[in-house]
Amino acid sequence: MSILVNRDTKIIVQGLTGKTGGFHTEQALAYYGTQMVAGVHPTKGGTNWTGSHGETLPIYASVAEARDATGADASVIYVPPAGAADAIIEAIEAEIPFITCITEGIPVMDMVRVRARLDRSNSRLLGPNCPGVLTPEECKIGIMPGSIFKKGNVGIVSRSGTLTYEAVFQTTNEGLGQTTAVGIGGDPVKGTEFIDVLELFLADPATESIIMIGEIGGGAEEDAAQFLIDEAKKGRKKPMAGFIAGRTAPKGRTMGHAGAVVSGGKGDAESKIAAMEAAGIKVSPSPARLGKTLVEVLKG
Amino acid sequence: MNIHEYQGKQVLKGFGAPVAEGVAITSVDQAEAAARQLPGPLYVVKSQIHAGGRGKGKFKELGPDAKGGVRLARTIEEVVAHAKEMLGNTLVTAQTGDAGKQVNRLYIEDGADIARELYCSLLVDRSVGRVAFVVSTEGGMDIEAVAHDTPEKIHTIAIDPEAGVTPADIELLNAAYELSGEAAEDGKTLFPILYKAFVETDMSLLEVNPLIVMTNGRLRVLDAKVSFDGNALFRHEDIKALRDETEEDAKEIEASEWDLAYVALDGNIGCMVNGAGLAMATMDIIKLYGKEPANFCDVGGGASKEKVAAAFKIITADPAVQGILVNIFGGIMKCDVIAEGVVAAVKEVGLKVPLVVRLEGTNVELGKKILNESGLAITAADDLDDAAQKIVAAVG
Repeated sequence: MSILVNRDTKIIVQGLTGKTGGFHTEQALAYYGTQMVAGVHPTKGGTNWTGSHGETLPIYASVAEARDATGADASVIYVPPAGAADAIIEAIEAEIPFITCITEGIPVMDMVRVRARLDRSNSRLLGPNCPGVLTPEECKIGIMPGSIFKKGNVGIVSRSGTLTYEAVFQTTNEGLGQTTAVGIGGDPVKGTEFIDVLELFLADPATESIIMIGEIGGGAEEDAAQFLIDEAKKGRKKPMAGFIAGRTAPKGRTMGHAGAVVSGGKGDAESKIAAMEAAGIKVSPSPARLGKTLVEVLKG
Repeated sequence: MNIHEYQGKQVLKGFGAPVAEGVAITSVDQAEAAARQLPGPLYVVKSQIHAGGRGKGKFKELGPDAKGGVRLARTIEEVVAHAKEMLGNTLVTAQTGDAGKQVNRLYIEDGADIARELYCSLLVDRSVGRVAFVVSTEGGMDIEAVAHDTPEKIHTIAIDPEAGVTPADIELLNAAYELSGEAAEDGKTLFPILYKAFVETDMSLLEVNPLIVMTNGRLRVLDAKVSFDGNALFRHEDIKALRDETEEDAKEIEASEWDLAYVALDGNIGCMVNGAGLAMATMDIIKLYGKEPANFCDVGGGASKEKVAAAFKIITADPAVQGILVNIFGGIMKCDVIAEGVVAAVKEVGLKVPLVVRLEGTNVELGKKILNESGLAITAADDLDDAAQKIVAAVG
């Protein structure tokens, strides 16, 4: 089992005709035959996209058309920042159940608009400014490097892309492997949060343990910790290791990710680490020891 | 992007917010003419730097008993005397760090008779994904202290983006501030104005501390701290023009020209990393092994060889840097591109400090080969732990 995506997931690409979208679509098609089924472009509907190894996908003029023609249940967005919010809203209005937005640098006010629309819909949004989601040997949406994955039993959820890779690589090296890795993204206003992914991992029988990687800024890690405490009281609990990036970040400075800033006395690393440990997560002081920390937790 | 108080007030005035009359000056000989444009008899002389806590701040060059960075004056002569003391000197506040900031601009403003000082800020509340007013009756002081000591005195009112500031929101805001009469009437227009200014110019923070009730019962924006969303500047040429590069770190300006995420820090180990999370984690692990990072630097996902070389040059140009740690986990970023960029930069500017490189991910073997064959004195590391220990040991 896995969460969010599996070998049956059919994906359309918004922004396929751009350089980034094209490159990662080729990578996805090459990853265990991930079902990338179509592209969307407002003026190139009716044509075909051809990848560098001769792969072809049909292009439709709108998300709704592409969905009707292919039966797609997911969309991935590589549209540049200025148009990305409208691309997400188009996917929501086409009632795509699962939308992933990779784009980094979307204005926050645009995401406020998206969030209002999203809250009135049945769609789930992953991102923006995220690496996507990958279920080993089944489906790759986004930009994670498939080569470091191994099918296994660890669920990984992270706000940071490259730290997701660290966790994946280390759990692969420890022989544990992954059920699904989910990058929720580094923006302050986004779709899927830690809690949403943790709920799915707790419910997934194949996921036997979880790694959660947070960073400074906001209160999502604290919210997640409270959620885990509440679920544990109901008897739902899995072994967990974690990490928080940004212990040494100066207050008031935005550290690369738009959402990574300690402000107004909130969002610092120490309070997040304390909250996670109170929820039973073993927090590694070193990002190089995520896999080993999880192994220690599993040994009990 | 941050702007000065006087610029923030201009922006708000453009949306119809009540601000005092004022004139910005950059030299002492402009002070008298500036003050003469104002009605008097009370003037305020305010240092314009990108940091808060100016009123309680102290000038480095003046004695400990000298007045702070925001001063009252009752005559034009007094305005000029203050300007002489303040311009060109270094103001140290709780937010500037010990080095302080040179005051290159003053804002001479019409004084106000204050009855009450309130706190008002607008920001994006991530938990609900909406713009929210954060308000308190405890204005004019450090809001973090208020939040810590008396959290019940702070109210957060989130605004539905599809409805805007509604009459019900205004009622809540006026009640939170305990406003009545003319001040409450002013609130009906001011709160929607602040919200409109925030949304339409893509602000990330608007802090009015204090928002005052004057003795005549009217509201006025007495201070304005404004930051804009850097990701939205592409659609605001007018806002972009307000940028004051003299307030920013030279290395950060150069980095921004290459679209690098760079933050200058106080330590002596330079870092070049891909991905914001990994870059923060790299700083953390350097600290874990007993040293301090000199910077945060994220070259991003799809950097070119030229961009990597530029990042490397910015880091090596920092005289505080005694060692460099390059940490790359290539996903989209290919390790050979990083290696080529590093080699090109070292060939151009030389390498006078130890360099530890950790490469992992896409094209890692090719990247390692390029580094090995370069003949440069580069220490290779297996993982992040190993890399951090090696650079900390090398710097000693």
